[in-house]
Amino acid sequence: MSALIDVIDRLSGIEAGSALAQLRLQRPDARENAQKSFVALFWPADSSDVSVVERFAVAAFVAGLHREAIVTDFYATELAGQGEGAVLVKAITAEAQRGATEGPYGQFPNGPLSREDRQGPAYAVVDEVRPVLGSRLSAALVHAHRLVFHPRDAGAGALQALLDAGWSATGVVTLSQLVTFLTFQLRMVAGLRVLKAA
Amino acid sequence: MAETTITHPDIARPAVFTQEELGWRPWLQPLRQDELTSRHWAGLVDASRAKSDYFMLLARDPDILGARTRTDKDIFYNARDGLPRAERELAATATSRFNGCIFCASVHARFATLHSKRGEDVQRLLDLGIGADLDERWSAIVAASVALTATPIAFGAAHVERLRAAGLDELAIADVIASAAFFNWAN
Repeated sequence: MSALIDVIDRLSGIEAGSALAQLRLQRPDARENAQKSFVALFWPADSSDVSVVERFAVAAFVAGLHREAIVTDFYATELAGQGEGAVLVKAITAEAQRGATEGPYGQFPNGPLSREDRQGPAYAVVDEVRPVLGSRLSAALVHAHRLVFHPRDAGAGALQALLDAGWSATGVVTLSQLVTFLTFQLRMVAGLRVLKAA
Repeated sequence: MAETTITHPDIARPAVFTQEELGWRPWLQPLRQDELTSRHWAGLVDASRAKSDYFMLLARDPDILGARTRTDKDIFYNARDGLPRAERELAATATSRFNGCIFCASVHARFATLHSKRGEDVQRLLDLGIGADLDERWSAIVAASVALTATPIAFGAAHVERLRAAGLDELAIADVIASAAFFNWAN
């Protein structure tokens, strides 16, 4: 797909020349760098720590966890177009549907905030799907689910699980940036779509 | 040598939301200055950030760091029109309060107070949470930020109408969306 088309405009249904397109152009640096973030993540200069297939797989999973159909379809299509990615699409979409829940939840440090603690599911990849995804991607999905639904529960132990599954520290940084960038991109798209229609 | 996580068993962790200055410790090894290439320096954007463990850890992926940094700067520091800076920081604080990031909330609560001079209102948001009783304009911004932060995303036409009724124009509403959306990334 052309990296020249602003992906947030595209996914929000913002047409060139429309009022909302003009609005976004009033924030040119934010617009340009959101686009550059997307390009840096999915057309990386260096994919040695995180493969492009892994990137699109995690993206489709994250969008699916948000139950955002248009963005999920976008990343699933990109994944399907990636050679080895096609075989993952079904498993990724199914896992996202299975993992989708309501957030944010999580635990605060012991003390006055404990009354605000909210329980939520701990996600794990089902046994039958593990061989399809492999241990690296399975660990990535667990990490992604935590960052999407209960980031306050992230800690050294959570990151160790990724290192144990074969991720490098640099790979963990890229993976985490990818997931969290998506939480931004999904909200820009959802918010702008609402603003467009309101 | 195998990479490992870093635990910090002896530090005192904050147990409440606060406007006080907090520290931040990495769970993975940040880069050292002598490891930085020109691509890393470019990704850091400001050379002074090479002194920060937080940015030196993120610098492991310099391209995304650079784009993220420039996105952040424009959303928050470019406040000549649209939503005033104080209220962008309010949106960031509300998002962080809801997601439970005590560190992020502390930084942006301080900025919200600095720019609004309404430290007591900001503190009420920290103390009481996202349902804290604030004036209508601030409540509308908090409510919109919280709705955007929820998963599934709960932001709808009613949030836009409430912001419009509170006096925000379309550009300011787009700034609320961008501020809250960005803070989901940052948290």
